Amino acid sequence: MNASQDKLLAKVTQADYKYGFYTDIETDAFAKGLNEDVVRQISGKKNEPGFMLDFRLKAYSHWKTMKMPEWAHLTIPEIDYQDIIYYAAPLQKPTLGSLDEVDPELLRTFEKLGIPLEEQKLLSGVAVDAVMDSISVKTTFKETLAELGVIFCPMSEAIREYPDLAKKYIGSVVPYTDNFFAALNSAVFSDGSFCYIPKGVRCPMELSTYFRINMANTGQFERTLIIAEDDSYVSYLEGCTAPVRDNNQLHAAVVEIVVLDNAEVKYSTVQNWYPGDKNGKGGIYNFVTKRGLCKGDHSKISWNQVETGSAITWKYPSCILKGNHTTGEFYSVAITNNYQQADTGTKMIHIGKNSRSTIISKGISAGHGQNSFRSLVKVLKTADNVRNFTQCDSLLMGDQCGAHTFPYIEVENDSAVLEHEATTSRIGEDQIFYCNQRGIDTENAIGLIINGYAREVLNKLPMEFAVEAQKLLQISLEGSVG
Amino acid sequence: MNLLTSVTEIKQQIIEQFEKHADELYNGTGNRINRFRKQALDDFNRLGIPTAKNENYRYTPVDRFLQGSYDLDLKANPFRIEPEDVFKCNIPELDTDVLLFLNGFYYGSGRPLNVPDGVVICSLNEASERHPDIFQAHYSKYASTSEDGLVAMNTLFARDGIFIYLPDDAVLRRPLQIINLSHSFNNLRITRRNLVVAGKNTAASLVICDHTLCEQSYHINSLTEIVLDDHSHIDYTRIQNENNLSAQINNVFVNQQSGSLFNSHIITLHAGLSRNNFYVNLMAPFCESNLYGLFLCDRKQHVANYTLMNHDSPDCLSNQLFKGILDDEATGTFNGKIHVRKDAQKTRAYQRNNNILLSSASKMNSKPHLEIYADDVKCSHGATTGQLDNEALFYARTRGISEKEARHLLMYAFANEIVSEISVDILRERIIEMIDKRLRGELSRCNNCDIHCTS
Repeated sequence: MNASQDKLLAKVTQADYKYGFYTDIETDAFAKGLNEDVVRQISGKKNEPGFMLDFRLKAYSHWKTMKMPEWAHLTIPEIDYQDIIYYAAPLQKPTLGSLDEVDPELLRTFEKLGIPLEEQKLLSGVAVDAVMDSISVKTTFKETLAELGVIFCPMSEAIREYPDLAKKYIGSVVPYTDNFFAALNSAVFSDGSFCYIPKGVRCPMELSTYFRINMANTGQFERTLIIAEDDSYVSYLEGCTAPVRDNNQLHAAVVEIVVLDNAEVKYSTVQNWYPGDKNGKGGIYNFVTKRGLCKGDHSKISWNQVETGSAITWKYPSCILKGNHTTGEFYSVAITNNYQQADTGTKMIHIGKNSRSTIISKGISAGHGQNSFRSLVKVLKTADNVRNFTQCDSLLMGDQCGAHTFPYIEVENDSAVLEHEATTSRIGEDQIFYCNQRGIDTENAIGLIINGYAREVLNKLPMEFAVEAQKLLQISLEGSVG
Repeated sequence: MNLLTSVTEIKQQIIEQFEKHADELYNGTGNRINRFRKQALDDFNRLGIPTAKNENYRYTPVDRFLQGSYDLDLKANPFRIEPEDVFKCNIPELDTDVLLFLNGFYYGSGRPLNVPDGVVICSLNEASERHPDIFQAHYSKYASTSEDGLVAMNTLFARDGIFIYLPDDAVLRRPLQIINLSHSFNNLRITRRNLVVAGKNTAASLVICDHTLCEQSYHINSLTEIVLDDHSHIDYTRIQNENNLSAQINNVFVNQQSGSLFNSHIITLHAGLSRNNFYVNLMAPFCESNLYGLFLCDRKQHVANYTLMNHDSPDCLSNQLFKGILDDEATGTFNGKIHVRKDAQKTRAYQRNNNILLSSASKMNSKPHLEIYADDVKCSHGATTGQLDNEALFYARTRGISEKEARHLLMYAFANEIVSEISVDILRERIIEMIDKRLRGELSRCNNCDIHCTS
């Protein structure tokens, strides 16, 4: 590595977090700590029906018996779960008829992020369910969706308005016993998005939620549920940026997807939360359980993610391919820079006959980052003619970082065909030299190579995200070549 | 009702067995072996028999194969059998120096060994007395008892095994064939402890054959420490052919110095449980390490290959290729790991695992891991699990080859990739023959060597 590259590396990898700011909004928060009363209070705040409170309490008592999982390739500082505020909602006027009534401070926050609600509403045709500190403040395009029978609303509203659906599906894919963080989330989840696509409906627009973590010391516990009935289709976007904060913040979300016969759900994420500063101080802990169930025959789930933020990421969007002829896809780009750590990947559980899955993961590791890919492809005895293809590539930039892969392949059926391949390498000096030779400077050459490297995944993202994702990749990494 | 003895009970049985025979063990063995027992006991007590909760043993049901009671053979018995009569595995054309072991005890060769001056080949226990300096410098230095209960157990019961020392520049012209026999009238717990120390610029080829001579259940715990000094070259070929009741845990710890080359071929033809753990440390630059494995299993057999390739130094090359064919209710595991340390730049490390499932009840678990902390490296891993290629089968049949023969041909071709890497020609041919028989189902029992080892 020569001196100019060094400088470039320093410049890029030490750049400040672009989206760091703090919105001063009056907040209604509980005292720190977690006990049964807090769980009851959260449920009470939401005017939840009794079954939900039971669910939360069962989850809480189960959570108390569990320990933090230690198997991930992560160094997680000890988390004091009694030092977290479990509920914080922005105070606002009780009813909102139009955007004018939304807290102007809040609107300015979104503008700084480059996603003004008005513009989104008017120009992009994307319905935005904006979540700021745990409760949804504004849902747009609700009327348009309502005409088709699509329900897209905050989770708390769904629990009140559609208790039958909620009762049937909450916890059906990720039970509260699933893991430590899922149990915690089940007990204290504050809000999230609920999405129901009725039979035969192809959702005309991409449904989008922007999550924001706003108040210091606030753990954010989202719970999202997507149900796609027979022959329906929906593309769902989730994206996040969070302000600079010195205290580590915990985020333990749960996403559940249920897909019935011939339906398809595409779930895309761009995650750009505060990754901590260049010395590894601060940053979000992102411990997420995402799982989709391909319940019906010929159903399909596609997970697409670009992970650039968070100090620690622990996330495995998974597919249970229960129906026959089902398809699961996982496309991921994960970047770790500075002292970020990521342990991410997927699970593909093949139960149905003729089910197929594809896993494409591109890890990029720079600075002191540690990037792990972890996957499980499991073929059960019942699953005949399963086909799986897995590719996980890692790119290393600099000699302080690490890239790791932990694939698990379990096959119990002799008609399955599974392939797994992985490579680890760095950006070749010859590639850069070739670009230089053709008048492309080193910085642009690296941008070019990185974008080419991640293209396979970026191409899978919806248009709105692809642009943002490309920008993020460039901001995160350009110039950092070893 | 669960009839299985729990791992805690098995551990307790083993500890009781040790305590019962501790005096005999201590008295019959040299102090340089004995002095590790205490620590090993503590560690074994703490670690016990690994279960599925242990990430490295996740898919290997060790406890399932350690049910029932086992005796301990504490001293070398005079031969109850004539090895030359019963065992004719010393392939006629293969010009090897043969060493015999019965139930873990060294029985020597019976013939003078054709080796250069200064080369020491003897029993481990003997070496601990006669070559204290070499012994002390290496024994139990690489196999840490604090991590794996079965390593601790081996160190706890270590009694005998082979000791090979090659002084600088010594080259063994002929392969050294080590034949491990198990024969008894009761179930037996067998411990084998081996140490191979290769000096600078040395070369040797070891061929190890594991056999059971009767239908008793054996719990074999074998551990080999191999040290390769600068520019030395060791070939390690192991053919495992044991009965379906036996469980073999085979730990190999390899420590390589600059420019050394280690080749290993593990051919698992038969065993109830066969678990091979390879821990290779590439301690200095320009080392090369190649691990090849082939396993053919059927019935309720379980074969597990575990590797940990530690790239501690820059400019090293490692290759791992493990292939398996599974039939009936057999289960197989490949659990490989490449660990590249921070300063190990210019590392090239490759890993591949291919498996064929022949029956719907067979299972394969594969876990090819990479952990990489250096950036200027080329590492890759690949894994596939599938069936015989239908198109290839069809092609063969259009050429008038029967389906049975075509399947055999494809399996044989699949296995050949591993076997073709064996450098000793006659040995390779011999192994090809054995695999051929095994694939045809002719090599189904292994209680009497006369049946299958002579053609």
